[in-house]
Amino acid sequence: MDTSRRKFLTYAGVSVLGLAAMPAVDAWASDTPYVVSSKQLKATRWAMVVDTTKLNSEADFAPLIEACHSIHNVPDIPTKQNIKWIWYDERERVFPDDENPYMAEAFEHKNYLLLCNHCFEPPCVRVCPTKATFKREDGIVMMDFHRCIGCRYCMAGCPYGARSFNFMDPRLHLDAAKENKEFPTRTKGVVEKCNFCYERLADGKLPACVEASKGALIFGDLDDPKSEVRKVLKERYSIRRKPSIGTQPNVYYLI
Amino acid sequence: MYDGSKIIVGLLVFVGMMTFPFWNNIGKAAYKTPELKLPPKSVATECVEGKEFMREKHMQLLNDWRDEAVRNGERLYVSQANHKQYQISLQNSCMKCHDNKEEFCDKCHNSASVSPYCWDCHIAPPKKGN
Ligand code: HEC
Ligand code: HEC
Ligand code: HEC
Repeated sequence: MDTSRRKFLTYAGVSVLGLAAMPAVDAWASDTPYVVSSKQLKATRWAMVVDTTKLNSEADFAPLIEACHSIHNVPDIPTKQNIKWIWYDERERVFPDDENPYMAEAFEHKNYLLLCNHCFEPPCVRVCPTKATFKREDGIVMMDFHRCIGCRYCMAGCPYGARSFNFMDPRLHLDAAKENKEFPTRTKGVVEKCNFCYERLADGKLPACVEASKGALIFGDLDDPKSEVRKVLKERYSIRRKPSIGTQPNVYYLI
Repeated sequence: MYDGSKIIVGLLVFVGMMTFPFWNNIGKAAYKTPELKLPPKSVATECVEGKEFMREKHMQLLNDWRDEAVRNGERLYVSQANHKQYQISLQNSCMKCHDNKEEFCDKCHNSASVSPYCWDCHIAPPKKGN
């Protein structure tokens, strides 16, 4: 054994060089048949800004909910077991920390639009035992229904009540004639929620609710200083739901 | 008194029952792929991969498709056989060509006793009423 110090260092150096070249080799070796569409809208952190001044009455919310629920085959079940991807509720349940006993009348019982916050630090993803729910590189918190075992840990983990469990076959409450044949339904025993219309983004389209909102919803890349969302957030005062718990929601409310 | 005859009869009955599946099948035809209704020539003449590949591996292909589309956001597939691009989708791709599920997927699956649970969620094309 006469491994000199010099020899050892040479070998170590060559090995490190090899490691550095790995990514290049990987790229060369990965000629997979799978391709991202050129139409795909890209971002590193998708976010939505809700202009609450433009959303007040039932008539303002209904078209947004209809746009989403109709294309995603979300049933309307007239009990507590209803499924919701996008809905609305009163201030005290939307911003429960905001508990001043006296406040402007206009805000006291105001309704706010609700959907999955696509948190930067999503607690649902941390608790999911099968990785059925996971965060994509563009920030969307996704559901892979093929892996969902219906344990509902994610529902317990979500601080915003954004997830619904299918207590029954949703097709019992869907009109087969009105189903969107391009998108699956779900089945009994899986959890579901808003997916920021990832399937539309892949096709170069904005989310359905944004399209239906006549400007009340703004969608864009929070990491891009030139994006529409960053522009409005720079100009107007905004809040997010339950900021103190550190989930970093990507849905902002303009007040 | 060893009850030899009873034991032998018992053994015969036992062996007869054990081998029942074998002689019950003697003379029956071996498995044949059922007649399938392929898409009309006007719709397509080729599948996303070769016929043999599809016959053997469509379950793995679908498994990869759903992972790539749902988990990796890759929604286009380049055929290794004819190098055309196909949209990755069970409902909007496979079933647009194979729109007669009863006479294609189901017929083959029934004869092979497989019942994929995909249709609990994925919407099958309207029945052709054969
Ligand atoms: C562009 C239309 C098209 C699409 C998309 C398509 N197929 Fe096919 N498929 C065909 C045609 C045409 C054939 C007959 C090929 C032949 O005879 O060589 C075929 C053959 C097959 C076969 C073999 C049948 C046999 O005779 O044994 C299977 C299995 C199959 N397809 C499954 C699928 C699945 C699963 C998908 C989705 C991943 C799919 N196909 C997508 C057109 C299509
Ligand atoms: C040539 C006969 C044949 C045709 C045609 C066919 N399949 Fe299959 N398929 C099979 C067989 C056999 C299996 C079981 C394979 C196994 O268990 O290893 C199977 C399994 C599957 C599975 C996996 C099921 C599971 O529980 O793991 C899926 C999904 C599937 N087929 C989808 C389709 C679809 C969709 C079509 C129609 C577009 C289709 N198949 C047409 C023969 C066929
Ligand atoms: C619990 C419901 C559910 C079941 C069961 C299910 N899927 Fe899905 N699947 C979905 C949903 C929801 C999507 C997302 C659709 C999208 O993104 O366009 C999807 C997407 C897919 C996709 C990619 C995108 C597309 O549009 O098709 C494939 C391929 C797929 N599933 C195949 C399968 C196969 C094969 C089976 C059966 C072995 C199956 N799925 C069972 C709900 C389900």
